[in-house]
Amino acid sequence: MDACSQLIENTPPGARSAAGWQWPSREQLIYYRDLLAVLVAKEFKVRYKSTVIGYAWSLMHPLAFALVFFVLFKIVMRFDLPAYSLFLIGGLFPWHWISNTVTSANFAFLGNSSLIKKVRFHRATLVLASVLNELVHFAISIPIVVGFMIYYGRYPTVSWFWWLPALVVMQFAMTFGLALLIATVNLFFRDLERLSTIIMHLLFYVTPVIYPYEKLPPNFRWVLMADPFAPLVLCWQGLFYRGSVPGEFAALAALWALVCCLVGYRVYQALVWRFAEIV
Amino acid sequence: MSSDPAIQFRHVTKEYHVENAVLGGLKNLVLHLPTQIRAMRARKPFCALQDLSLEIAQGESLSVIGRNGAGKSTLLGLIAGVLRPSAGTVVTRGRICPLLELGAGFHADLTGRENIVLNGILLGLTRREVLARLDEIIDFSGLAQFVDRPLRTYSSGMTARLGFSVAVHLSPNILLVDEALAVGDLEFQQKCLARMQQFRSDAVTMVFVSHDMESVARVSDRVAWMDGGRLREIGPPQQVIEHYHAFVHPTVAAA
Ligand SMILES: Nc1ncnc2c1ncn2[C@@H]1O[C@H](COP(=O)(O)OP(=O)(O)O)[C@@H](O)[C@H]1O
Ligand SMILES: [Mg+2]
Repeated sequence: MDACSQLIENTPPGARSAAGWQWPSREQLIYYRDLLAVLVAKEFKVRYKSTVIGYAWSLMHPLAFALVFFVLFKIVMRFDLPAYSLFLIGGLFPWHWISNTVTSANFAFLGNSSLIKKVRFHRATLVLASVLNELVHFAISIPIVVGFMIYYGRYPTVSWFWWLPALVVMQFAMTFGLALLIATVNLFFRDLERLSTIIMHLLFYVTPVIYPYEKLPPNFRWVLMADPFAPLVLCWQGLFYRGSVPGEFAALAALWALVCCLVGYRVYQALVWRFAEIV
Repeated sequence: MSSDPAIQFRHVTKEYHVENAVLGGLKNLVLHLPTQIRAMRARKPFCALQDLSLEIAQGESLSVIGRNGAGKSTLLGLIAGVLRPSAGTVVTRGRICPLLELGAGFHADLTGRENIVLNGILLGLTRREVLARLDEIIDFSGLAQFVDRPLRTYSSGMTARLGFSVAVHLSPNILLVDEALAVGDLEFQQKCLARMQQFRSDAVTMVFVSHDMESVARVSDRVAWMDGGRLREIGPPQQVIEHYHAFVHPTVAAA
Protein backbone atom coordinates (compact mmCIF):
# COMPACT_ATOMS: atom_id res chain seq x y z
CA MET A 1 0.00 0.00 0.00
CA ASP A 2 1.34 3.38 -0.93
CA ALA A 3 0.69 5.10 2.32
CA CYS A 4 3.75 7.33 2.49
CA SER A 5 2.14 9.87 0.28
CA GLN A 6 -0.91 9.91 2.50
CA LEU A 7 -0.97 13.43 3.86
CA ILE A 8 -3.46 14.25 6.57
CA GLU A 9 -4.07 17.68 8.01
CA ASN A 10 -5.74 17.74 11.39
CA THR A 11 -7.30 21.17 11.75
CA PRO A 12 -9.79 22.72 14.18
CA PRO A 13 -13.42 21.77 13.47
CA GLY A 14 -14.94 24.17 11.03
CA ALA A 15 -11.61 25.10 9.44
CA ARG A 16 -11.48 24.18 5.80
CA SER A 17 -8.69 21.78 4.96
CA ALA A 18 -6.30 22.92 2.25
CA ALA A 19 -6.74 19.58 0.51
CA GLY A 20 -10.48 20.18 0.10
CA TRP A 21 -13.06 17.52 -0.67
CA GLN A 22 -11.73 14.33 -2.18
CA TRP A 23 -13.47 11.30 -3.58
CA PRO A 24 -12.74 8.16 -1.59
CA SER A 25 -9.94 6.16 -3.10
CA ARG A 26 -10.23 2.50 -4.06
CA GLU A 27 -8.26 1.53 -0.95
CA GLN A 28 -10.67 3.46 1.22
CA LEU A 29 -13.68 1.82 -0.38
CA ILE A 30 -12.19 -1.63 0.23
CA TYR A 31 -11.35 -0.63 3.79
CA TYR A 32 -14.92 0.44 4.55
CA ARG A 33 -16.38 -2.61 2.83
CA ASP A 34 -14.22 -4.91 4.95
CA LEU A 35 -14.86 -2.84 8.05
CA LEU A 36 -18.64 -3.07 7.61
CA ALA A 37 -18.43 -6.80 6.95
CA VAL A 38 -16.33 -7.44 10.02
CA LEU A 39 -18.54 -5.27 12.25
CA VAL A 40 -21.73 -6.98 11.12
CA ALA A 41 -20.08 -10.37 11.55
CA LYS A 42 -18.96 -9.37 15.03
CA GLU A 43 -22.49 -8.44 16.00
CA PHE A 44 -23.72 -11.76 14.68
CA LYS A 45 -21.08 -13.73 16.56
CA VAL A 46 -21.47 -11.86 19.81
CA ARG A 47 -25.24 -11.82 19.85
CA TYR A 48 -26.00 -15.24 18.52
CA LYS A 49 -22.80 -17.16 19.13
CA SER A 50 -22.71 -17.80 15.39
CA THR A 51 -25.74 -20.06 15.44
CA VAL A 52 -28.66 -19.94 13.05
CA ILE A 53 -30.83 -20.91 16.02
CA GLY A 54 -29.70 -17.65 17.57
CA TYR A 55 -31.24 -15.75 14.70
CA ALA A 56 -34.42 -17.75 15.13
CA TRP A 57 -34.61 -16.46 18.68
CA SER A 58 -34.86 -12.93 17.41
CA LEU A 59 -37.94 -13.96 15.39
CA MET A 60 -39.56 -15.36 18.50
CA HIS A 61 -39.96 -11.98 20.08
CA PRO A 62 -42.40 -10.45 17.56
CA LEU A 63 -44.15 -13.78 17.20
CA ALA A 64 -44.70 -14.00 20.94
CA PHE A 65 -46.05 -10.46 20.90
CA ALA A 66 -48.39 -11.40 18.08
CA LEU A 67 -49.65 -14.36 20.08
CA VAL A 68 -50.34 -12.22 23.13
CA PHE A 69 -52.29 -9.61 21.18
CA PHE A 70 -54.13 -12.28 19.23
CA VAL A 71 -55.34 -13.92 22.41
CA LEU A 72 -56.16 -10.59 23.98
CA PHE A 73 -58.06 -8.98 21.13
CA LYS A 74 -59.42 -11.86 19.11
CA ILE A 75 -60.29 -14.35 21.82
CA VAL A 76 -60.88 -12.23 24.91
CA MET A 77 -62.19 -8.97 23.45
CA ARG A 78 -63.81 -10.58 20.33
CA PHE A 79 -62.31 -8.07 17.90
CA ASP A 80 -63.83 -8.90 14.48
CA LEU A 81 -60.97 -8.20 12.05
CA PRO A 82 -60.54 -10.96 9.44
CA ALA A 83 -57.11 -12.63 9.36
CA TYR A 84 -56.14 -10.71 12.48
CA SER A 85 -53.02 -12.79 13.09
CA LEU A 86 -51.72 -11.83 9.63
CA PHE A 87 -52.53 -8.20 10.36
CA LEU A 88 -50.58 -8.45 13.60
CA ILE A 89 -47.38 -9.99 12.30
CA GLY A 90 -47.46 -7.80 9.19
CA GLY A 91 -47.16 -4.80 11.49
CA LEU A 92 -45.11 -6.27 14.30
CA PHE A 93 -42.10 -7.36 12.26
CA PRO A 94 -41.53 -3.90 10.75
CA TRP A 95 -42.17 -2.37 14.15
CA HIS A 96 -39.56 -4.57 15.76
CA TRP A 97 -37.09 -3.55 13.11
CA ILE A 98 -37.63 0.07 14.12
CA SER A 99 -37.60 -0.46 17.85
CA ASN A 100 -34.59 -2.84 17.82
CA THR A 101 -32.67 -0.29 15.80
CA VAL A 102 -33.46 2.45 18.27
CA THR A 103 -32.44 0.26 21.19
CA SER A 104 -29.14 -0.86 19.70
CA ALA A 105 -28.38 2.64 18.41
CA ASN A 106 -27.93 3.81 21.99
CA PHE A 107 -24.78 1.73 22.21
CA ALA A 108 -23.47 2.03 18.67
CA PHE A 109 -20.93 4.65 19.77
CA LEU A 110 -20.97 4.23 23.51
CA GLY A 111 -20.24 0.52 23.25
CA ASN A 112 -17.28 1.13 20.95
CA SER A 113 -15.60 3.79 23.04
CA SER A 114 -12.17 2.21 22.89
CA LEU A 115 -12.25 2.22 19.10
CA ILE A 116 -13.43 5.79 18.88
CA LYS A 117 -10.65 6.92 21.18
CA LYS A 118 -8.05 5.09 19.19
CA VAL A 119 -8.70 4.85 15.49
CA ARG A 120 -9.57 7.47 12.94
CA PHE A 121 -12.42 6.31 10.69
CA HIS A 122 -15.90 7.42 9.77
CA ARG A 123 -17.75 6.74 12.98
CA ALA A 124 -21.07 6.47 11.18
CA THR A 125 -19.82 3.05 10.03
CA LEU A 126 -20.61 1.73 13.49
CA VAL A 127 -24.22 2.85 13.20
CA LEU A 128 -24.48 1.60 9.65
CA ALA A 129 -23.30 -1.85 10.76
CA SER A 130 -25.91 -2.01 13.49
CA VAL A 131 -28.71 -0.88 11.17
CA LEU A 132 -27.62 -3.41 8.53
CA ASN A 133 -27.77 -6.12 11.13
CA GLU A 134 -31.36 -5.25 11.95
CA LEU A 135 -32.14 -5.22 8.23
CA VAL A 136 -30.92 -8.80 7.96
CA HIS A 137 -33.26 -9.73 10.79
CA PHE A 138 -36.16 -8.17 9.04
CA ALA A 139 -35.30 -9.82 5.73
CA ILE A 140 -35.47 -13.28 7.25
CA SER A 141 -38.83 -12.51 8.79
CA ILE A 142 -40.42 -11.83 5.40
CA PRO A 143 -40.81 -15.54 4.50
CA ILE A 144 -42.72 -16.03 7.74
CA VAL A 145 -45.12 -13.24 6.88
CA VAL A 146 -45.57 -14.69 3.40
CA GLY A 147 -46.28 -18.08 5.00
CA PHE A 148 -49.09 -16.51 7.01
CA MET A 149 -50.42 -14.81 3.86
CA ILE A 150 -50.57 -18.09 2.00
CA TYR A 151 -52.34 -19.67 4.95
CA TYR A 152 -55.07 -17.06 4.56
CA GLY A 153 -55.19 -17.58 0.82
CA ARG A 154 -53.43 -14.33 -0.10
CA TYR A 155 -50.45 -14.08 -2.37
CA PRO A 156 -47.74 -11.51 -3.09
CA THR A 157 -48.63 -9.49 -6.17
CA VAL A 158 -46.49 -8.09 -8.96
CA SER A 159 -46.42 -4.73 -7.21
CA TRP A 160 -44.18 -6.33 -4.57
CA PHE A 161 -41.34 -6.01 -7.06
CA TRP A 162 -41.20 -2.29 -6.57
CA TRP A 163 -43.01 -1.76 -3.27
CA LEU A 164 -40.90 -4.16 -1.24
CA PRO A 165 -37.54 -2.57 -2.17
CA ALA A 166 -39.05 0.91 -1.92
CA LEU A 167 -40.35 0.32 1.60
CA VAL A 168 -37.10 -1.34 2.68
CA VAL A 169 -35.11 1.64 1.38
CA MET A 170 -37.42 4.10 3.11
CA GLN A 171 -37.30 2.26 6.38
CA PHE A 172 -33.54 1.82 6.09
CA ALA A 173 -33.07 5.54 5.54
CA MET A 174 -35.37 6.39 8.40
CA THR A 175 -33.79 3.99 10.89
CA PHE A 176 -30.28 5.01 9.85
CA GLY A 177 -30.96 8.69 10.40
CA LEU A 178 -32.70 8.01 13.66
CA ALA A 179 -29.99 5.67 14.86
CA LEU A 180 -27.30 8.22 13.99
CA LEU A 181 -29.17 10.85 15.99
CA ILE A 182 -29.73 8.63 19.01
CA ALA A 183 -26.23 7.17 19.02
CA THR A 184 -24.77 10.69 18.93
CA VAL A 185 -27.02 12.32 21.48
CA ASN A 186 -26.66 9.38 23.87
CA LEU A 187 -22.94 10.14 24.14
CA PHE A 188 -23.72 13.56 25.52
CA PHE A 189 -26.87 12.72 27.49
CA ARG A 190 -26.40 9.26 28.85
CA ASP A 191 -29.96 8.92 30.07
CA LEU A 192 -31.36 9.13 26.56
CA GLU A 193 -31.39 5.36 26.52
CA ARG A 194 -34.06 5.21 29.22
CA LEU A 195 -36.02 8.00 27.67
CA SER A 196 -36.00 6.41 24.22
CA THR A 197 -37.20 3.10 25.68
CA ILE A 198 -40.18 4.87 27.22
CA ILE A 199 -40.93 6.84 24.07
CA MET A 200 -40.79 3.74 21.88
CA HIS A 201 -43.14 2.03 24.28
CA LEU A 202 -45.66 4.86 24.00
CA LEU A 203 -45.28 5.11 20.24
CA PHE A 204 -46.00 1.41 19.92
CA TYR A 205 -49.56 2.02 21.06
CA VAL A 206 -49.90 5.35 19.28
CA THR A 207 -48.86 3.80 15.98
CA PRO A 208 -51.59 1.59 14.53
CA VAL A 209 -49.62 -1.64 14.82
CA ILE A 210 -52.08 -3.82 16.69
CA TYR A 211 -55.28 -2.10 15.61
CA PRO A 212 -56.38 -0.87 12.16
CA TYR A 213 -56.05 2.88 11.78
CA GLU A 214 -59.73 3.19 10.82
CA LYS A 215 -60.51 2.51 14.48
CA LEU A 216 -58.90 5.80 15.46
CA PRO A 217 -61.60 8.39 16.25
CA PRO A 218 -61.57 11.09 13.54
CA ASN A 219 -60.31 13.75 15.94
CA PHE A 220 -57.24 11.59 16.60
CA ARG A 221 -56.34 11.06 12.95
CA TRP A 222 -53.67 13.78 13.11
CA VAL A 223 -51.59 11.29 15.07
CA LEU A 224 -50.96 9.47 11.78
CA MET A 225 -49.22 12.58 10.48
CA ALA A 226 -47.31 13.43 13.63
CA ASP A 227 -45.96 9.97 14.38
CA PRO A 228 -42.97 9.34 12.09
CA PHE A 229 -43.49 5.60 12.16
CA ALA A 230 -47.22 5.48 11.46
CA PRO A 231 -47.12 6.02 7.66
CA LEU A 232 -44.44 3.38 7.23
CA VAL A 233 -46.27 0.81 9.32
CA LEU A 234 -49.45 1.52 7.37
CA CYS A 235 -47.53 0.90 4.15
CA TRP A 236 -46.25 -2.44 5.41
CA GLN A 237 -49.76 -3.44 6.48
CA GLY A 238 -50.94 -2.38 3.04
CA LEU A 239 -48.38 -4.64 1.43
CA PHE A 240 -48.82 -7.68 3.67
CA TYR A 241 -52.47 -7.44 4.66
CA ARG A 242 -54.66 -5.10 2.65
CA GLY A 243 -53.20 -5.99 -0.72
CA SER A 244 -52.25 -2.48 -1.82
CA VAL A 245 -49.91 0.19 -0.50
CA PRO A 246 -51.61 3.53 0.18
CA GLY A 247 -49.82 6.08 -1.99
CA GLU A 248 -50.36 9.10 0.25
CA PHE A 249 -48.91 7.28 3.25
CA ALA A 250 -45.96 6.10 1.17
CA ALA A 251 -45.23 9.71 0.25
CA LEU A 252 -45.51 10.74 3.87
CA ALA A 253 -43.21 7.91 4.92
CA ALA A 254 -40.64 8.99 2.35
CA LEU A 255 -40.82 12.52 3.70
CA TRP A 256 -40.29 11.34 7.26
CA ALA A 257 -37.38 9.16 6.14
CA LEU A 258 -35.76 12.18 4.52
CA VAL A 259 -36.30 14.32 7.60
CA CYS A 260 -34.82 11.65 9.90
CA CYS A 261 -31.81 11.24 7.63
CA LEU A 262 -31.12 14.96 7.39
CA VAL A 263 -31.57 15.68 11.09
CA GLY A 264 -29.55 12.63 12.14
CA TYR A 265 -26.72 13.42 9.78
CA ARG A 266 -26.54 17.10 10.69
CA VAL A 267 -26.42 16.41 14.40
CA TYR A 268 -23.79 13.72 13.87
CA GLN A 269 -21.71 16.01 11.64
CA ALA A 270 -21.82 18.82 14.16
CA LEU A 271 -20.69 16.70 17.08
CA VAL A 272 -18.56 13.92 15.63
CA TRP A 273 -15.25 15.69 16.29
CA ARG A 274 -15.91 15.57 20.02
CA PHE A 275 -16.70 11.87 20.25
CA ALA A 276 -13.21 10.83 21.35
CA GLU A 277 -13.25 13.40 24.15
CA ILE A 278 -16.56 12.44 25.59
CA VAL A 279 -16.90 8.66 25.34
CA MET B 1 12.12 9.17 0.79
CA SER B 2 11.15 12.78 0.98
CA SER B 3 12.63 15.14 3.52
CA ASP B 4 9.27 16.40 4.72
CA PRO B 5 8.77 15.73 8.43
CA ALA B 6 6.48 12.80 9.18
CA ILE B 7 4.66 14.73 11.89
CA GLN B 8 4.37 18.47 12.21
CA PHE B 9 2.68 20.46 14.98
CA ARG B 10 2.11 24.08 14.01
CA HIS B 11 1.11 26.21 16.99
CA VAL B 12 -1.29 23.60 18.25
CA THR B 13 -3.58 24.33 21.16
CA LYS B 14 -6.01 21.80 22.53
CA GLU B 15 -8.77 22.73 24.91
CA TYR B 16 -11.24 20.37 26.52
CA HIS B 17 -14.73 21.51 27.34
CA VAL B 18 -15.76 19.71 30.45
CA GLU B 19 -19.51 19.61 30.60
CA ASN B 20 -20.51 17.87 33.77
CA ALA B 21 -23.86 19.52 33.34
CA VAL B 22 -24.42 17.74 30.06
CA LEU B 23 -23.13 14.41 31.30
CA GLY B 24 -25.64 14.71 34.15
CA GLY B 25 -28.25 13.67 31.62
CA LEU B 26 -31.26 15.03 29.81
CA LYS B 27 -33.45 14.77 32.89
CA ASN B 28 -31.12 17.01 34.88
CA LEU B 29 -30.82 19.46 32.04
CA VAL B 30 -34.55 19.83 31.63
CA LEU B 31 -35.36 19.96 35.33
CA HIS B 32 -32.71 22.58 36.14
CA LEU B 33 -32.51 24.36 32.81
CA PRO B 34 -31.56 27.90 33.92
CA THR B 35 -28.85 26.83 36.38
CA GLN B 36 -27.48 24.29 33.94
CA ILE B 37 -27.19 26.83 31.16
CA ARG B 38 -25.52 29.32 33.47
CA ALA B 39 -23.08 26.65 34.60
CA MET B 40 -22.26 25.80 30.99
CA ARG B 41 -21.65 29.43 30.12
CA ALA B 42 -19.47 30.05 33.14
CA ARG B 43 -17.26 27.02 32.66
CA LYS B 44 -13.91 27.76 31.08
CA PRO B 45 -12.37 25.19 28.77
CA PHE B 46 -9.39 23.33 30.13
CA CYS B 47 -6.21 23.85 28.16
CA ALA B 48 -4.36 20.55 27.76
CA LEU B 49 -1.85 21.67 25.09
CA GLN B 50 -0.67 25.22 24.68
CA ASP B 51 0.71 26.60 21.45
CA LEU B 52 2.85 23.57 20.78
CA SER B 53 5.11 23.47 17.75
CA LEU B 54 7.11 20.36 17.01
CA GLU B 55 8.55 18.49 14.06
CA ILE B 56 9.30 14.80 13.96
CA ALA B 57 11.39 13.69 11.01
CA GLN B 58 10.67 10.61 8.93
CA GLY B 59 12.21 7.60 10.60
CA GLU B 60 12.85 9.45 13.83
CA SER B 61 11.87 7.93 17.11
CA LEU B 62 10.70 10.34 19.75
CA SER B 63 9.86 9.51 23.34
CA VAL B 64 7.51 11.68 25.33
CA ILE B 65 7.90 11.80 29.10
CA GLY B 66 6.25 13.85 31.81
CA ARG B 67 3.96 13.34 34.76
CA ASN B 68 0.33 12.27 34.56
CA GLY B 69 -1.88 14.92 33.03
CA ALA B 70 0.98 16.63 31.22
CA GLY B 71 -0.79 16.19 27.90
CA LYS B 72 1.07 13.22 26.44
CA SER B 73 -2.02 11.23 25.48
CA THR B 74 -3.58 14.36 24.05
CA LEU B 75 -0.52 14.77 21.85
CA LEU B 76 -0.83 11.22 20.55
CA GLY B 77 -4.59 11.59 20.04
CA LEU B 78 -3.97 14.62 17.85
CA ILE B 79 -1.42 12.73 15.77
CA ALA B 80 -3.77 9.77 15.42
CA GLY B 81 -6.48 12.18 14.28
CA VAL B 82 -9.06 11.10 16.85
CA LEU B 83 -8.88 14.49 18.55
CA ARG B 84 -9.17 17.79 16.73
CA PRO B 85 -7.02 20.77 17.72
CA SER B 86 -8.69 23.90 19.03
CA ALA B 87 -6.17 25.98 17.10
CA GLY B 88 -3.25 25.23 14.86
CA THR B 89 -2.62 22.31 12.53
CA VAL B 90 -1.19 18.84 12.89
CA VAL B 91 0.17 17.44 9.65
CA THR B 92 1.01 13.75 9.29
CA ARG B 93 2.45 11.87 6.38
CA GLY B 94 1.98 8.12 6.14
CA ARG B 95 -0.03 5.25 7.51
CA ILE B 96 -0.50 5.61 11.24
CA CYS B 97 -0.80 2.73 13.63
CA PRO B 98 -2.12 3.95 16.95
CA LEU B 99 -1.49 1.86 20.01
CA LEU B 100 -3.11 4.31 22.34
CA GLU B 101 -4.91 1.97 24.61
CA LEU B 102 -4.59 -1.62 25.59
CA GLY B 103 -6.70 -4.01 23.59
CA ALA B 104 -8.83 -1.23 22.20
CA GLY B 105 -11.44 -2.60 19.87
CA PHE B 106 -11.13 -6.10 21.20
CA HIS B 107 -14.28 -7.94 22.10
CA ALA B 108 -14.39 -10.22 25.10
CA ASP B 109 -16.76 -12.75 23.56
CA LEU B 110 -14.75 -13.29 20.40
CA THR B 111 -11.79 -15.64 20.28
CA GLY B 112 -8.25 -14.38 20.03
CA ARG B 113 -8.14 -15.28 16.36
CA GLU B 114 -11.40 -13.47 15.57
CA ASN B 115 -10.15 -10.48 17.50
CA ILE B 116 -6.97 -10.38 15.46
CA VAL B 117 -8.98 -10.20 12.25
CA LEU B 118 -11.36 -7.60 13.68
CA ASN B 119 -8.53 -5.47 15.06
CA GLY B 120 -6.39 -5.74 11.95
CA ILE B 121 -9.21 -4.48 9.78
CA LEU B 122 -10.12 -1.76 12.24
CA LEU B 123 -6.55 -0.57 12.14
CA GLY B 124 -6.59 -0.26 8.41
CA LEU B 125 -5.66 -3.56 6.80
CA THR B 126 -7.90 -5.24 4.28
CA ARG B 127 -9.32 -8.61 5.18
CA ARG B 128 -6.99 -10.32 2.76
CA GLU B 129 -3.93 -8.65 4.26
CA VAL B 130 -4.92 -9.69 7.77
CA LEU B 131 -5.49 -13.29 6.79
CA ALA B 132 -2.13 -13.37 5.05
CA ARG B 133 -0.39 -12.24 8.23
CA LEU B 134 -2.52 -14.21 10.68
CA ASP B 135 0.00 -16.98 11.38
CA GLU B 136 2.82 -14.52 11.78
CA ILE B 137 0.78 -12.46 14.25
CA ILE B 138 -0.19 -15.49 16.33
CA ASP B 139 3.40 -16.64 16.30
CA PHE B 140 4.70 -13.28 17.50
CA SER B 141 2.15 -13.10 20.31
CA GLY B 142 3.26 -16.49 21.60
CA LEU B 143 -0.37 -17.29 22.37
CA ALA B 144 -0.85 -20.10 19.86
CA GLN B 145 -2.48 -22.44 22.36
CA PHE B 146 -4.97 -19.83 23.59
CA VAL B 147 -5.87 -18.24 20.32
CA ASP B 148 -9.16 -20.10 19.85
CA ARG B 149 -10.46 -19.28 23.29
CA PRO B 150 -12.64 -16.24 23.95
CA LEU B 151 -10.77 -13.14 24.97
CA ARG B 152 -12.50 -12.90 28.31
CA THR B 153 -10.37 -15.86 29.46
CA TYR B 154 -7.17 -13.87 28.80
CA SER B 155 -5.20 -11.99 31.41
CA SER B 156 -4.57 -8.31 30.79
CA GLY B 157 -0.98 -9.08 29.90
CA MET B 158 -2.11 -11.61 27.30
CA THR B 159 -4.53 -9.09 25.85
CA ALA B 160 -1.68 -6.60 25.60
CA ARG B 161 0.43 -9.17 23.80
CA LEU B 162 -2.28 -9.77 21.27
CA GLY B 163 -2.82 -6.04 20.74
CA PHE B 164 0.83 -5.31 20.26
CA SER B 165 1.28 -8.28 17.95
CA VAL B 166 -1.45 -7.02 15.65
CA ALA B 167 -0.09 -3.49 15.73
CA VAL B 168 3.46 -4.38 14.78
CA HIS B 169 2.28 -6.38 11.79
CA LEU B 170 0.45 -3.50 10.18
CA SER B 171 3.58 -2.18 8.47
CA PRO B 172 2.87 1.34 9.64
CA ASN B 173 4.85 4.42 8.66
CA ILE B 174 4.07 6.03 11.98
CA LEU B 175 3.72 4.03 15.17
CA LEU B 176 2.18 5.58 18.26
CA VAL B 177 2.63 3.78 21.57
CA ASP B 178 1.02 5.05 24.75
CA GLU B 179 2.12 3.35 27.94
CA ALA B 180 0.87 0.15 26.40
CA LEU B 181 3.77 -2.11 27.13
CA ALA B 182 3.95 -1.80 30.87
CA VAL B 183 1.64 -4.74 31.57
CA GLY B 184 3.33 -7.44 29.50
CA ASP B 185 5.76 -9.80 31.23
CA LEU B 186 9.48 -9.19 31.04
CA GLU B 187 10.06 -11.55 28.15
CA PHE B 188 7.38 -9.88 26.04
CA GLN B 189 8.58 -6.40 26.93
CA GLN B 190 12.02 -7.36 25.67
CA LYS B 191 10.46 -8.72 22.50
CA CYS B 192 8.56 -5.49 21.97
CA LEU B 193 11.64 -3.37 22.52
CA ALA B 194 13.56 -5.53 20.06
CA ARG B 195 10.77 -5.09 17.57
CA MET B 196 10.84 -1.35 18.08
CA GLN B 197 14.57 -1.34 17.48
CA GLN B 198 13.87 -3.09 14.21
CA PHE B 199 11.25 -0.49 13.33
CA ARG B 200 13.91 2.11 13.96
CA SER B 201 16.25 0.56 11.48
CA ASP B 202 13.34 0.24 9.04
CA ALA B 203 12.87 4.02 9.31
CA VAL B 204 9.41 3.84 10.88
CA THR B 205 8.58 7.06 12.67
CA MET B 206 7.76 6.35 16.30
CA VAL B 207 6.24 8.36 19.11
CA PHE B 208 6.53 6.50 22.35
CA VAL B 209 5.01 7.53 25.67
CA SER B 210 6.52 5.73 28.62
CA HIS B 211 7.49 6.10 32.24
CA ASP B 212 10.20 3.50 31.95
CA MET B 213 13.31 5.64 31.41
CA GLU B 214 15.45 2.65 30.61
CA SER B 215 13.43 1.70 27.55
CA VAL B 216 13.03 5.36 26.64
CA ALA B 217 16.80 5.70 26.52
CA ARG B 218 17.06 2.54 24.46
CA VAL B 219 14.57 3.23 21.69
CA SER B 220 14.57 6.96 21.12
CA ASP B 221 16.59 9.46 19.09
CA ARG B 222 15.14 12.40 20.96
CA VAL B 223 13.14 12.82 24.13
CA ALA B 224 10.42 15.41 24.71
CA TRP B 225 9.59 16.36 28.28
CA MET B 226 6.11 17.74 28.66
CA ASP B 227 4.77 19.63 31.61
CA GLY B 228 1.40 21.33 32.00
CA GLY B 229 0.58 21.21 28.31
CA ARG B 230 3.89 22.68 27.17
CA LEU B 231 7.12 21.29 25.86
CA ARG B 232 9.53 21.82 28.68
CA GLU B 233 12.55 20.41 26.98
CA ILE B 234 13.33 18.44 23.88
CA GLY B 235 16.72 16.99 23.03
CA PRO B 236 19.09 14.04 23.34
CA PRO B 237 17.75 11.23 25.59
CA GLN B 238 20.47 11.25 28.26
CA GLN B 239 20.29 14.97 28.81
CA VAL B 240 16.51 15.31 29.01
CA ILE B 241 16.10 12.23 31.19
CA GLU B 242 18.73 13.60 33.56
CA HIS B 243 16.97 16.93 33.85
CA TYR B 244 13.65 15.20 34.32
CA HIS B 245 15.07 13.05 37.09
CA ALA B 246 16.59 16.07 38.76
CA PHE B 247 13.19 17.74 38.60
CA VAL B 248 11.24 14.78 39.96
CA HIS B 249 13.73 13.84 42.71
CA PRO B 250 15.52 17.08 43.56
CA THR B 251 17.00 15.60 46.76
CA VAL B 252 18.38 12.52 45.03
CA ALA B 253 20.11 14.65 42.45
CA ALA B 254 21.55 16.92 45.11
CA ALA B 255 22.85 13.98 47.15
N1 LIG C 1 -11.54 13.92 27.28
C1 LIG C 1 -11.11 14.83 28.17
N2 LIG C 1 -11.95 15.74 28.68
C2 LIG C 1 -11.53 16.67 29.54
N3 LIG C 1 -10.26 16.77 29.98
C3 LIG C 1 -9.37 15.89 29.51
C4 LIG C 1 -9.73 14.88 28.59
N4 LIG C 1 -8.63 14.15 28.31
C5 LIG C 1 -7.62 14.68 29.02
N5 LIG C 1 -8.05 15.73 29.76
C6 LIG C 1 -7.22 16.56 30.63
O1 LIG C 1 -6.13 17.04 29.89
C7 LIG C 1 -4.93 16.91 30.61
C8 LIG C 1 -3.92 16.10 29.83
O2 LIG C 1 -4.36 14.79 29.77
P1 LIG C 1 -3.53 13.63 29.05
O3 LIG C 1 -3.14 14.09 27.71
O4 LIG C 1 -4.34 12.38 29.14
O5 LIG C 1 -2.24 13.52 29.99
P2 LIG C 1 -1.14 12.38 30.09
O6 LIG C 1 -1.39 11.38 29.05
O7 LIG C 1 0.13 13.11 29.95
O8 LIG C 1 -1.27 11.81 31.47
C9 LIG C 1 -5.29 16.29 31.94
O9 LIG C 1 -5.32 17.32 32.91
C10 LIG C 1 -6.66 15.73 31.74
O10 LIG C 1 -7.43 15.90 32.92
MG1 LIG D 1 -1.86 9.33 29.19
